[in-house]
Amino acid sequence: MAIAMVAAAPAAAIPASSHDATEESGELDMHEYLFGHIGDSYGWHVTTINGHHVTIPLPVIVHGKSGWHVFSSSKLAHGESYKGFRVAEDGEKYAGKVVEQVGSDIVKPFDISITKNVFGLMVNSLVLVILVLLGARWYKKHDAREEAPKGFAGIVEMMVMMVEEDIIKDCVGKDYKRYSPYLLTAFFFIFINNLMGIVPFFPGGANITGNIAITLFLAVCTFLAVNLFGNKHYYKDIIWPEVPSWLKVPLPIMPLIEIIGVFTKPFSLMIRLFANILAGHIMILGVVAVIFLTAKMGIAMNAGLSVIAVAFGIFLDVLELLVAFLQAYVFTMLSSVFIGLSRQEPEAE
Amino acid sequence: MSLITPDFGLLFWMTLIFATVFFVLAKFGFPIITGMVDERNARISESLRKAREAEAALNELSVRQKEMIEQARQEQAAILKDAAQTRDALIAQAKAQASDEAAKIVSQARTQIAAEKESAMAEVRSQLAELSVAVAEKVMRTQLESDKAQVELVNRMVEELSRNQKMN
Repeated sequence: MAIAMVAAAPAAAIPASSHDATEESGELDMHEYLFGHIGDSYGWHVTTINGHHVTIPLPVIVHGKSGWHVFSSSKLAHGESYKGFRVAEDGEKYAGKVVEQVGSDIVKPFDISITKNVFGLMVNSLVLVILVLLGARWYKKHDAREEAPKGFAGIVEMMVMMVEEDIIKDCVGKDYKRYSPYLLTAFFFIFINNLMGIVPFFPGGANITGNIAITLFLAVCTFLAVNLFGNKHYYKDIIWPEVPSWLKVPLPIMPLIEIIGVFTKPFSLMIRLFANILAGHIMILGVVAVIFLTAKMGIAMNAGLSVIAVAFGIFLDVLELLVAFLQAYVFTMLSSVFIGLSRQEPEAE
Repeated sequence: MSLITPDFGLLFWMTLIFATVFFVLAKFGFPIITGMVDERNARISESLRKAREAEAALNELSVRQKEMIEQARQEQAAILKDAAQTRDALIAQAKAQASDEAAKIVSQARTQIAAEKESAMAEVRSQLAELSVAVAEKVMRTQLESDKAQVELVNRMVEELSRNQKMN
């Protein structure tokens, strides 16, 4: 996405030059273009200048047959091998991952490399922590009972209180204070990662919240928050719901459905965030790809379609801004609702 | 397909990073902001309550003030009325006293004048008598060369005197 967006503007005027910049072969490899941007990688490919790749090398940390190894990802560039480790090629087992050649076997090592996504995650988390702590610092210097913050601290306060008052307090209910640190962290974590994903150049543009591992982790956190602190009423409703008894004995249909529901709720959280962000990235990438794909159709065609592609790209980018907020909002709201349901007191008869 | 298979390395780092972020923000970030805002909200509602109370007190005060002003006005009117009455009474009294005094003075003056007049008249009369006696003496001395005439005169005069006395 980085090159695509940077190249988009000049591409509209001079299609030939941007065409060169995309692929050395002169042909846009759609598969690599898409998955290079939405997937993970060991180095961070920033841009390509005159056919020369500018890639930020990141540390590869693996534990193979010969113990721990930490080395730069630049050692593995262009399919090279380093200490028996190499990146598996397409069509091979573990394609795109670091693998170890043991004899004739390909073995996947224990791999905790700082990949593009991990590095992006670190940068975004640092940004998030700095922003929130800057907002919180205001209260140390001022008496919050006497005045309300203005400027940056005011925006932070407004956002935090919006989430706290509108989502958490309303959905969780009575003891929402206990859950608000997690839910607030989840909201701002997702929000900042979504926003940074839209930024087309380094260190933004990594598809973090559109990665299933990230959303899986967040969904598991919500799952634990819901099920570890659920009250008696919640568990009773799962195991022995208040439905006609023939739905429970001899075949426990309803309990089964309830138990499945316990898992589908966080599962839907995971898929929703993942799919929305991934789809957003793919849509923008696809629209921008039009510029490069039409390069061979002549200047008039290419220029015309490029203008349309840029217009659509702007539209989709703005749409993604909305989605970035909306998905963070939805994830936090549904988590709050699930937590609220697990804390519900039985209605007084 | 790697797109929908969670990568272990990423999951590992995500756990580490999210836990760190959560720890830092849950300790130094969000609770400070939300706590302070809650405090401020509590203070605002407290201030509002106080303001309402103050307003009520103020209203009560203004009612009382009005009452007091009204009362003062009534008292003022009463005092003024009283003062006017007193003044009128005083003036009337003073007038009466003055006219009494004047009448007294006038009557005194009158009696005095009368007395003066009386004494003046008495003096005039006595002087007139002396004068007339003196005149009479002189006249007598010239006329009463003879004894006979003298006796006659004396008689006449005694007679006159006694008549005069009788008249008085």
